[in-house]
Amino acid sequence: MSSLWPELERLLGEVQKPARYIGCEDGMIVPTHHPDKAAWLLIYPDTYEVGLPNQGLQILYEILNERPDAVAERSYAPWTDLAAVLRREGLPLFSLDTHRAAGDFDVLAFNLSAELVYTNLLECLDLAGIPIRAADRGPEHPLVLVGGHCSYNPEPLADFVDAAVLGDGEEVVSEISATVAAWKAEGRTSREEVLVALAGIAGVYVPSLYAAEFADDDDERSASGVLLGITPTHPAAPEQVQKRTIADLSEWPYPKNQLVPLAEVVHDRLNVEVFRGCTRGCRFCQAGMITRPVRERPAEQVRTMVADGLRRTGYDEVALTSLSTADFSGIEEVVADTVSDDACGQVSVSLPSLRVDAFTVGIAAQIQRARRTGLTFAPEAGTWRMRQVINKLIREEDLYGAVEAAFSQGWRRVKLYFLTGLPTETDEDTLGIIEMARNCVEIGRRHQKGASVTVSIGGFVPKPFTPFQWFGQNTEQELRRKVGLLRDAARNVRGVQLKWHDTRASVVEGLLSRGDRRLGAVIEDVWRNGGVFQEWGEHFDLELWTDAMARHGMSFEDHVYRHRHEDEPLPWDHLSAGLHKDFLWQDWRDALDQVGLEDCRWIPCYDCGACTGYGIEHVVASAVPPAGGSQGTGQELGRGGEVPVVLMTRPPREPVGVGS
Amino acid sequence: MSVVANPRIRVRFSKTGKVRFTSHRDVARIWERALRRVALPVAYSEGFSPRPKLSYGLALPTGYESAGEYLDVELDRERVEELELGQVPGAGLESDLGERLNRVLPEGIRVQAIAPVERVGESLQQAVIACTWEIELANAGSCEVEAWASGILAADEILVERERKGKKFIDDVRPLVHALDVVERGGDAVWLIAVLGTQPRALRPTELLEARLEGTVAGRHPPLMARSVCRMNQWMLREAQESRESQKSRNQEMITQGDARVEPLSVDAGPAALVETRA
Repeated sequence: MSSLWPELERLLGEVQKPARYIGCEDGMIVPTHHPDKAAWLLIYPDTYEVGLPNQGLQILYEILNERPDAVAERSYAPWTDLAAVLRREGLPLFSLDTHRAAGDFDVLAFNLSAELVYTNLLECLDLAGIPIRAADRGPEHPLVLVGGHCSYNPEPLADFVDAAVLGDGEEVVSEISATVAAWKAEGRTSREEVLVALAGIAGVYVPSLYAAEFADDDDERSASGVLLGITPTHPAAPEQVQKRTIADLSEWPYPKNQLVPLAEVVHDRLNVEVFRGCTRGCRFCQAGMITRPVRERPAEQVRTMVADGLRRTGYDEVALTSLSTADFSGIEEVVADTVSDDACGQVSVSLPSLRVDAFTVGIAAQIQRARRTGLTFAPEAGTWRMRQVINKLIREEDLYGAVEAAFSQGWRRVKLYFLTGLPTETDEDTLGIIEMARNCVEIGRRHQKGASVTVSIGGFVPKPFTPFQWFGQNTEQELRRKVGLLRDAARNVRGVQLKWHDTRASVVEGLLSRGDRRLGAVIEDVWRNGGVFQEWGEHFDLELWTDAMARHGMSFEDHVYRHRHEDEPLPWDHLSAGLHKDFLWQDWRDALDQVGLEDCRWIPCYDCGACTGYGIEHVVASAVPPAGGSQGTGQELGRGGEVPVVLMTRPPREPVGVGS
Repeated sequence: MSVVANPRIRVRFSKTGKVRFTSHRDVARIWERALRRVALPVAYSEGFSPRPKLSYGLALPTGYESAGEYLDVELDRERVEELELGQVPGAGLESDLGERLNRVLPEGIRVQAIAPVERVGESLQQAVIACTWEIELANAGSCEVEAWASGILAADEILVERERKGKKFIDDVRPLVHALDVVERGGDAVWLIAVLGTQPRALRPTELLEARLEGTVAGRHPPLMARSVCRMNQWMLREAQESRESQKSRNQEMITQGDARVEPLSVDAGPAALVETRA
């Protein structure tokens, strides 16, 4: 098919930020389509600025285009102005690489990094001219796949997607592509045939080959409306779909040619992934649970990727990415080598996701040599008791040491990230956040006259495959009350700025995180009523969601705020992130008992399941924890103060299986 | 004690095709990365967040093409001497710099000429006094456009309303309309060649097309629509040291024709060459 560019060119003058839609990035691939090649359109269902830097999408883009039997292009959700223009002109969603219509591809593969983009997925399908419901699609339509962290509970999207892919995509994408290429070579005759073939690939879940059963009014097993289980309806579909994990990150030095956008994007810099996975064991953190074990990239490969990447892209900033970069073995040396490589000019290094107990004066001194990038620490909770519950075992001294290191090396502002609405959280725990911030400012002012601390508050949303997956999320009113407490407490503290996430958005995030496939009707309803770009404050509309829930006879109480029973089937029980369910349950009980769990990189295996089930193990260069680390270094991890555990802040609606 | 100034070079480049949808700020970032990639010893500002010392000509509205954009680059004198890049006297400029830049610049941004800036005076933004625009019109025949252009040129004043920092201003932009020519090139398109002033503020082609002259042909509804716009030239006065006051009082003819005007950096790419690159 031909390029839509001549038509689009006439129209781009009408929309904001037209550079979002031109492609032309350094690193862009212009593939040659062919009947023997599976044609993939990789879509990030948010704006170009947010989606372009996504490393997962770029990795798959390169791997697919290296294959002789595949081509891959990219697309991002068009902003509302362009969507309206496309509909007016009868033009479809298109790729940026060759401006080809989305409907001309064999696969539309969505990267799902956040739940609030789900309605954008429907919007993209509709703009592509493809039936939004999988059941309405024929062989003439592309396959609709999803991957990314949200695909660990794809049930809310079960009506819309043909398949969800769990885990690392590097290997499985090739297996899927070969299957699709074979389907294409046979003339794309039967849709069911290819879905059955896909279901036979490890890591691929085909929702239409499973049935979800719910208790009806006179079911003896459970209260009406409760999920009884999700089971395969086809012999090719496994009882439980296992995630995919690559054993060795060094075999996958991708992206090799990171895309350099012409328009400004978030994280506009070189990104080099230094390790994948995290075993710190923070109980609220889905990423840390589902990406186990830790697989470090060899330091030498990191150096090469940084040096080559900077020369090729012309960037003057590089981020060393991971879930906790200060834990990388030999991080100080790698940072030092990067900032002193003269061939690249003045380079600054940013280290997102820094643990305070591994942040040292040495690292602080290194990364500020070129230019001081922002520093964000995430203590997550304001009291030691609360941090024991969530297993974020950093002591106040660790935080103050890190903050002191930063201010003494010239930073004038640090950002602290906290969660509120955590299990057993008391008002004392909540207010501990401001106390910590006040102390940080005081330390800062010893070094810098205008030292200040920005406190960023997020409402806690329980996620699948974490020990907190059974926890009933705080109600919107309760989260709002806690934010109010924090605002009052922060009002008279000099040097502390408070920012908070919209508590209403947390409710919808909670709904979509742990919902089941009945939510498909709600998502479609919200989308049909104009609810797109719900992760954008200017477009988010809670009323669309509450109205849709009411219309479909569902309540936030049931789906978001309710504690789950131990024996209650969860909508993701037929999927596996490797973690044993009894491990997660035990960790949940330990949380309520305020008992910590050490990082298994440096202690014997406690068999969470992530390694043993798949015959893989950690790849860590250093046998000892990083300097300054308190976790796993002999610290008392047992029960802290004698604060009573308060799980139920409201009377339970019906008996539940936790805390009793 | 006199301080030897850093050498400067001026780059002239075109912006055509898909990249014309990038903004002025986008283009600035594209240049910063390109200059780092060719390892040109650019001077940096001091301070908390050092920035490369680059200055651009007048911002080109997003979506317009150009056959004459400019960038002035201040080089770090010490590093230029260290690297012994002195092939072009005074600038530390390698002869293949343009080619090397074109290899790392995105398609559609092309270096046309590079030369040392010998006279360091006003910035490009201050020095440029007018631009020649080639505007392809979408919705009018040549007779209509001719009549509209005559109306504009005959008017005593052309009032344009614009908002700046939340306040509304009404400007008379007639003194900024230096010349208008209507050209047909076969096909159904009509082209308007406009020389529009940039001091004290630049008149944009769209503002001109939307200008209403009540009761005249030029006040027609709907306003003329541009299908495409290309900046062909930016002009400064040959005597660039001329004081600001005398610039204001100079004869309009100096801007529209003759030897008095000059481009910041000329290139042997006339309109014909441009048509070629755009096709």
